[in-house]
Amino acid sequence: MDTKGYFGNWGGAFIPEILHETFEQLKISYAEARKDPAFWQEYLQLMGSYSCRPTPLTYAENLTKHFGGAKIFIKREDLNHTGAHKANNVMGQGLLVKKMGKKRVIAETGAGQHGVATATMAAKFGFECTVYMGEVDVQRQRPNVFWMEKMGATVIPVKDGSRTLKDAINEAFRDWVTNVDSTHYVFGTACGPAPFPEMVSWFQSIIGQEAHKQILEIHGRMPAKIYACVGGGSNAMGIFQGFLGKDNVELIGVEAGGKGLHSGQHASRLCGNDATPGIAQGYKTMFLQNDEGQMLETHSVSAGLDYVGVSPILVDLWEQKKVRFESATDAEVMEALDLTMKMEGIIPALESAHAFVQAFKEAPKLGKDEAIIINQSGRGDKDIFTIAHAFDDPSWKQFIIDRAKEYDK
Amino acid sequence: MLLENTIRNKRQEKDILLMTHIVLGYPSFATNRKVVAQMVENGVDCIEMQIPFSEPMADGPVILKANQESLAQGTSVKECMAFGAEMAAEYDIPFLFMTYYNIVYKYGEERFFKDCQKANIQGLIIPDLSPEMGENFFKLATTYQIAPILIYAPTSTNKRMASLNRSANGFIYCAARRGVTGTKSSFDEDFDTYLARCKAATTLPLAVGFGIQDRADVASLTGKVDMAVIGSQTIRLVDEKGPEAVGPFIAGLR
Ligand SMILES: Cc1ncc(COP(=O)(O)O)c(C=O)c1O
Repeated sequence: MDTKGYFGNWGGAFIPEILHETFEQLKISYAEARKDPAFWQEYLQLMGSYSCRPTPLTYAENLTKHFGGAKIFIKREDLNHTGAHKANNVMGQGLLVKKMGKKRVIAETGAGQHGVATATMAAKFGFECTVYMGEVDVQRQRPNVFWMEKMGATVIPVKDGSRTLKDAINEAFRDWVTNVDSTHYVFGTACGPAPFPEMVSWFQSIIGQEAHKQILEIHGRMPAKIYACVGGGSNAMGIFQGFLGKDNVELIGVEAGGKGLHSGQHASRLCGNDATPGIAQGYKTMFLQNDEGQMLETHSVSAGLDYVGVSPILVDLWEQKKVRFESATDAEVMEALDLTMKMEGIIPALESAHAFVQAFKEAPKLGKDEAIIINQSGRGDKDIFTIAHAFDDPSWKQFIIDRAKEYDK
Repeated sequence: MLLENTIRNKRQEKDILLMTHIVLGYPSFATNRKVVAQMVENGVDCIEMQIPFSEPMADGPVILKANQESLAQGTSVKECMAFGAEMAAEYDIPFLFMTYYNIVYKYGEERFFKDCQKANIQGLIIPDLSPEMGENFFKLATTYQIAPILIYAPTSTNKRMASLNRSANGFIYCAARRGVTGTKSSFDEDFDTYLARCKAATTLPLAVGFGIQDRADVASLTGKVDMAVIGSQTIRLVDEKGPEAVGPFIAGLR
């Protein structure tokens, strides 16, 4: 990151003046934390005792045999407390909030995973917590809303715009400019104004650090390829950082292909031709927008990838050809999910399943002595309504009908 | 210099000036036309016209909704530019554009300034663009002699205000409080301390906005600042009572 918060041509901090001072303070606290080895130690300790770190690197033996190519390893971010990599970022920012002395946290959430993680952190550290969530996502991810509320957070459904992640971000910013003195905005992904992209990536780098060590222990050398799904880009940045600059490791980010790259109903910013450079939500990146700069509606079966922008750090790496971008359609995602559950007894989140799709396409083309890693950013339990609906599961449907009748009485 | 001088000259004649805000294309350009006419006839001194953006991060519910509905009806930047030119040609008060940086960026910064110059637009308010992030923008503002209006906030330090002042022109827009547009502000002792800091940081005229809703609010600013900004309130009024209600409202403000 340069002094203005740019990575190459991307990033920066396009914020209203009201937030200027708070960003100055945040930048200082963040810089101090990065310089202080004790901070990272405290963070590791917390993640070890509260969130099951290090998460395992699982050898997916059955899938490997099935595809007959490279050995497939799965980095199990789903085994974090609250079931996704989001906890890594949130607990890190929580420690910073304690240092900054603020008493209230707010967050945006798409899939609800970041919201749940923030609610958990707030409960643990004794902060007041408000989470903004697009109305569409509230519907798609109802179980997470329940848990956030149970942990004492206030969940505010956002009814403006496309009623998804970007609108939740706008609303969180509106809260922040109003309550800037008391409140820290726990940004959930490697996007937004500087220093968020770099700071969130730093906390997530714990994934890559562990995976690097683990693959050497298990496989004896570097993997050929690493796959991660890309919503805002935080889990991808997390694992990629452990392997960036290693010449023979290819890094692949998988975006939401929705109903197909040519359908206009997707959330693929870097693969596909629909995104152009723009500035919104506080940063410069490739946005899905029209010629006049109005953001477009996006679509993905997964709430967490359904977003108009993408990490400026990833755009920079993409321009430098250090990360390749692919996409997976909703239909492919359901297939990969089904296969992974049946063969490995592992339930990836719909977001994570995008990474599985691309890995499954490429694994057979690699030699048996090679290894690939899929970053399983989260677990699929949260998606039970969406997945059951997509599979058109008859017994689940009957259960819902019966339960609804019971509540109707 | 043009805008600053116009404001100073007008201030010779009035104790406090009024700036109003409209969202272009909301509820329609035809209504915008009627509203502007009523505003000018009733003595408004300056009008900021917001070019709608899909992500108006600094705006509260009233203006947010207006942005969205305008876009839903298909309002384009080109139409906004043409409307701005029409108003500036018809009425002898300064017209400004307010929008977010992406609109300018996608239009092409230089093209935007050129077209604003042609349209006789005198100033631009871009709340998400600071001088650090907008080097080229601020250079173009000087080249094309269109005032880049900067915002001071209660959270701005004295040092920050002084530094913003070096890039500002026309006037300084002081946000009366933290938060977004649309909710009421209180003009208490803290506010006076804040205003004193603003005055110490710049020699430009001062406008105060955010939550100014009635005659009492304007009165409490008279003598303290050069211009009061009425934003969401007229939009609310048009929503509830139609454009005809704007004239009497403005006339009753001072
Ligand atoms: C499980 C899971 N994976 C991935 C994502 C996408 O975010 P990112 O690209 O920042 O990792 C989300 C976001 O909500 C998520 O919940």
